[in-house]
Amino acid sequence: MDWQFTQETFLSLISALPLTLSLAGASIVLGAMLALALALARTSGILVLDWFARAYVFVFRGTPLLVQIFLIYYGLSQFPAVRHSIFWPVLRDAYWCAVMALSLNTAAYASEIIRGGLLSVPHGQVEAARACGMSRLMVFRRIVLPLAIRQALPGYGNEMISMIKATSLASIITLMEVTGVAARIISETYRAIEVFVVAGFIYLAINFLLTRLVQLVEFKLSPHLRQPENAAQAVIAGDAR
Amino acid sequence: MTQPGFLDLLSFGPDGWSKALLAGAWMTILIALSGYTIGAVIGTFGAWAKISGGRAVRVAADAYTTILRGIPDLLVIYLLYFGGSAAITSIGRLFGADGFISFPGFLAGALAVGITSGAQHTEVFRGAFKAVHRGEIEAAIACGMSRALRFRRIIAPLTLRHALPGLGNVWQVVLKESALVSITGVVELLRQSQIGAGSTGLPFDFYLIAGLIYLAISTVSSIALRQAERHFSRGVRRG
Repeated sequence: MDWQFTQETFLSLISALPLTLSLAGASIVLGAMLALALALARTSGILVLDWFARAYVFVFRGTPLLVQIFLIYYGLSQFPAVRHSIFWPVLRDAYWCAVMALSLNTAAYASEIIRGGLLSVPHGQVEAARACGMSRLMVFRRIVLPLAIRQALPGYGNEMISMIKATSLASIITLMEVTGVAARIISETYRAIEVFVVAGFIYLAINFLLTRLVQLVEFKLSPHLRQPENAAQAVIAGDAR
Repeated sequence: MTQPGFLDLLSFGPDGWSKALLAGAWMTILIALSGYTIGAVIGTFGAWAKISGGRAVRVAADAYTTILRGIPDLLVIYLLYFGGSAAITSIGRLFGADGFISFPGFLAGALAVGITSGAQHTEVFRGAFKAVHRGEIEAAIACGMSRALRFRRIIAPLTLRHALPGLGNVWQVVLKESALVSITGVVELLRQSQIGAGSTGLPFDFYLIAGLIYLAISTVSSIALRQAERHFSRGVRRG
């Protein structure tokens, strides 16, 4: 391995990192909001909403992400109505098309994860909240949602990692994020292995940090599973006596 | 030039793209099947390495699954396609051939899909083996079965039964991943749709058709998998 070349590659790839992160961040946030709406539609018990959410999840999980990206980036421009609408500046832009496709895609997967979390909230908790006189909205905000998020977090962490990986597809519609730059360097130099190692290292580092972050949040959100510190000390003191 | 309507594209006539699209879909299935098979072979060895390998083998298998699950599949395809081409070109030069020789896209694609799905296969097989009841293996030993016989008659069928739902999920992932192989120029479903979109100026119609065909393939295979699951769990008592 050529050290100098590796170093140069690392510098060019790291300069593309902000784009990768912004793609992932934007689509995870937008996707999460849409996913929550879909999960609520699925659990609402209203037939129309339920079927809409089911169909949405079926379509977006059953087709490749790349097809969805192409459909939005290349496909929509086919219609003159779209080209003359006020949305055209957004839909013409590869970045926003990628964010849109990624958000719509992750929403389908994440809605199932969130739905699992919502269903896992024990009924007794909701009943207790109702008995305290909380309104429906307040029960949802204070009881159901926090418990559901805690339950869904490990699964959501996996989904976020797939999103980081999925941003690489944006390189196919001309966005120069980490994989895009890597592909350019490989096709210019034909030194696939060095570039692959460097790019792979960057993705692994992001995903490692992300996993740790999710673990930290999980730890913070589940104080009830840990022994309180004073209690632990009391036990130790008790043993010493 | 009048643009053909959506249904004209679907016809088998001179304006129709059905033949080409179906050929593309067939190529997609071929890539996915080859990649899936390669992945299953890798996964078998990976699971074996993780379960009963020595320390070094186990560490290698862990590294393999961790790395392959943490990096984008697209990078692996680039590595194999461009790296393979560079390797072949330099081998060609050794034998006096001039110029660039490109690595076959199908092979690069199937290998890339296989290597990435191998990591998932490994975890599926490992989990399924763990679900096999110890008593069954002990009983086989007590009956005096040899290692090979034990694997063939007891461990493999039971592991496969537990692995079936996981294997179905991996298949769905592989099917969708095969779309990425279009960047190597292999004319599979997505590449064929790109060609169609380019020559008719109707990208939305073509990508919509491609999406519907992917949806159809994944629906049919999920029904088949559900049938298989039912078939192979006949002997399992539920509840």
